[in-house]
Amino acid sequence: MSHPENATVFLKDKERAKWHDDTLWIVRQKRDVTIHQIPEWEKLRELASQIKDHTLSKLDFYLEELEKNATANGIKVHWAENAEEHNKIIGKILDEKNCKAIVKSKSILTEECHLNPFLEEKGIEVVDTDLGERIIQFLKQPPSHIVMPAIHLKKSDISDIFHEKLHTEKGNVDPVYLTHAARLHLREKFLQAKVAITGVNFAIAETGEFVVCTNEGNADMGVHLADTHIACMGIEKLIPRRKDLGVFLRLLARSATGQSITNYNSHFRSPSPGKELHLILVNNGRTKQLAREKFRNSLKCIRCGACMNTCPIYRRSGGFSYGSTVPGPIGSILSPGIDLKKYSTLPFASTLCGSCTDVCPVKINIHEQLYEWRQEITKAQGASLKGLSMKLANGIFKSPLAYKVSGKLMRASLKTLPDSIIYNPLNAWGKGRNLPNLPEESFKDWYKKNRNK
Amino acid sequence: MSSKASILAAIKGLNMKEKPLPEIPDFDVAPDLIEAYTHSLNGNKGTVVSKEELEQLIAETGFPKIYSSSPSFATFTNCELPQHPADFADLDLAIIEGQFASAENAAIWLDESNLDLRAIPFITAHLVIVIKKENIVGNMHEAYKRIGATKSGFGVFIAGPSKTADIEQSLVVGAHGAMSLRVVIL
Repeated sequence: MSHPENATVFLKDKERAKWHDDTLWIVRQKRDVTIHQIPEWEKLRELASQIKDHTLSKLDFYLEELEKNATANGIKVHWAENAEEHNKIIGKILDEKNCKAIVKSKSILTEECHLNPFLEEKGIEVVDTDLGERIIQFLKQPPSHIVMPAIHLKKSDISDIFHEKLHTEKGNVDPVYLTHAARLHLREKFLQAKVAITGVNFAIAETGEFVVCTNEGNADMGVHLADTHIACMGIEKLIPRRKDLGVFLRLLARSATGQSITNYNSHFRSPSPGKELHLILVNNGRTKQLAREKFRNSLKCIRCGACMNTCPIYRRSGGFSYGSTVPGPIGSILSPGIDLKKYSTLPFASTLCGSCTDVCPVKINIHEQLYEWRQEITKAQGASLKGLSMKLANGIFKSPLAYKVSGKLMRASLKTLPDSIIYNPLNAWGKGRNLPNLPEESFKDWYKKNRNK
Repeated sequence: MSSKASILAAIKGLNMKEKPLPEIPDFDVAPDLIEAYTHSLNGNKGTVVSKEELEQLIAETGFPKIYSSSPSFATFTNCELPQHPADFADLDLAIIEGQFASAENAAIWLDESNLDLRAIPFITAHLVIVIKKENIVGNMHEAYKRIGATKSGFGVFIAGPSKTADIEQSLVVGAHGAMSLRVVIL
C-alpha cells in the first residue's frame, strides 16, 4: 500500500491521530528546551557531521581497524553481506549453544533483517526486553517509531494486552502498575537467558569497543546475566576515536527525547572471563547507498528519531504509514535505496519544509534528499499526470491569450465543478484539502474597472 | 569471495576522497560544578544525598541485602559476592564508587575496577554511587579526556535510575534495573 493509503487508515480515528500529533510535538519541544541550554549546540552538530563524513570517506580502513582491535580484545567479529547472512550467523551461534530462548534489547538492524521471525521459525523464543518493544511484540506489530516503538498505542491498549498476556487487572491503565508488571515478567526472562542480543549505537575503531545506550537498563540486564552477548551493527555505526563519543553522546539523547543523556551508556570492550562476545558487521545495502553520492550522507544517521518528532507528515500519518523499517523523513531517504519501487511514495510523504534537516544532529540534508529521490522516482516511472499538467500550464503561461481565456474558464468551472471530481479516490491531492473561495472577478478585470476612478 | 572481502572491495571501489577529521575544541562549562551536577541528576530522576542522609536511610529502611564495594560504606555489606550474577537478583542495595562525573548530564563513569560484577548496578533494586567532589568535570569532552586510553573490558556512564516512558510517554522510574539512584558527593 502507498503512504497516502496507509495514512488514510491512520487518520480514520481523528482523536487518536490528534493525540499522536500532539504527543510527538511535546517530544520535539523537550528537545528544543534542552538544546538551548548548550551554547555550542550548532558547533557540536557540525563536529558530528564532519566526524561521520570523515569516517564514511575511509569506511574500509576503519572497519578493518575495528575488526583488528576488537579481535585483540577477545571479541569475535563476523561480517554479513545481507540480512540473510546476519540471521544465519546468529542462528549458528545459537545452535552451537543449543540455545532455545534469547533476550534482545532494541535493535533497528534486527528489525531490518527480520531476525525475530527467522529465529521463531527455528523454534527459538525471542523476548524483546525494551518495554515498548515487548508491548508491540505481544501485539505482533512492528515498531512505529525508532526510539519510541509503541508511541502509536494508548495506555488502554497496553492495559488490554497486558491483561491477556501478563494477567494484570482488567482495566487498570496506571503506567506505574503496568510497568511494574512488565518488570516482573521480564526479570524472569533475564534470569533464564543464556544468550543476549543487542544493537550498537557506536563502534569505536581505535579501541575496538562498542557502545549501547538505554534508559531502561535492559541491554545491560540481558548481557551481564547471559553467557553470550551478540551485538549487531550496520557498518555505518563506526566512529574513529573514543573521544568522538563525547560529541555524539551529548547530541543523541538531547535530540531524541530532550534528556541530557540516556541513563545507561555501556562500553563493551571484551567479554567477562569465561563468557563470549560476538560483533556482527552488517552491510545489507549500505555500500550501495554509499555509492550514491547524492544520498551518501544519509548513512551519517545516529537513529535519534528527531526528524520523526518534528515532521508534520509523520506526526499526522503515524509510523506504520511508511511501511518501512525506519519510518519518517530519514526512513523516506533510506528506504528507496533498498527498494525503489516498494518505497516509491515515501519521498512524497513530505512538505519539504526542511524541519527534519534543521533538527538533525549530524546535519543530514534530509529534505534535499527527499527532493532528489522524487526526481529519481519520476525518472524511473516516466512522465506522470502531474508532469502532464505542468506541461499544459507551461503552454498557458507562454501565450497571453491562452492565459486570459483559461483564467475565466477556471473561475467558471471551479464554481460548478462537482465535488466528486476533486474528492474522488483517484485524486490523492483532494484528500484533506478544500478548494479556495473564488473571487467574483479576476484582478485584471478589477483593475480595468477601477483604474480610472 | 568472503563477505568481508566483498564489503571492503565495494567501499574501496568507490575511491572516495578522504574528508578531514576535526579536532574537538574545549567548551565553557558551568561555574559551579556541584550545583550543575545536582541539577542535572534531578533532571534524570536521581538525587544527591549526604553521607549522613544515606546512613539514616539505611538505618530506617532496613534493606535486607546490601552489598557495598565502597570503602566509605564497607560496614553495611551483609552478603557475599556470588559466583553468578543471577544470585544477586534479590540484592536490595548496592553501594559502589564512581571514578568521575560530568556536571552537564550527571553521568558517572564506572569501569571494571569499580564493579566486582558487571551486573551489580543494573540488577540491584536500589543503587548508590559515591563520587569525590574534585572528580566532577564540566562536560563529556572532559570526561573522555579523563578516561583517556585506559583499558577495561566494560565501562559505563550511569546518569540515573532505570526509567521508561514507553506507556503514553508517562515517565515511570524502575523499568528493569535500579529503581532509584542516589549519589553521595564526598
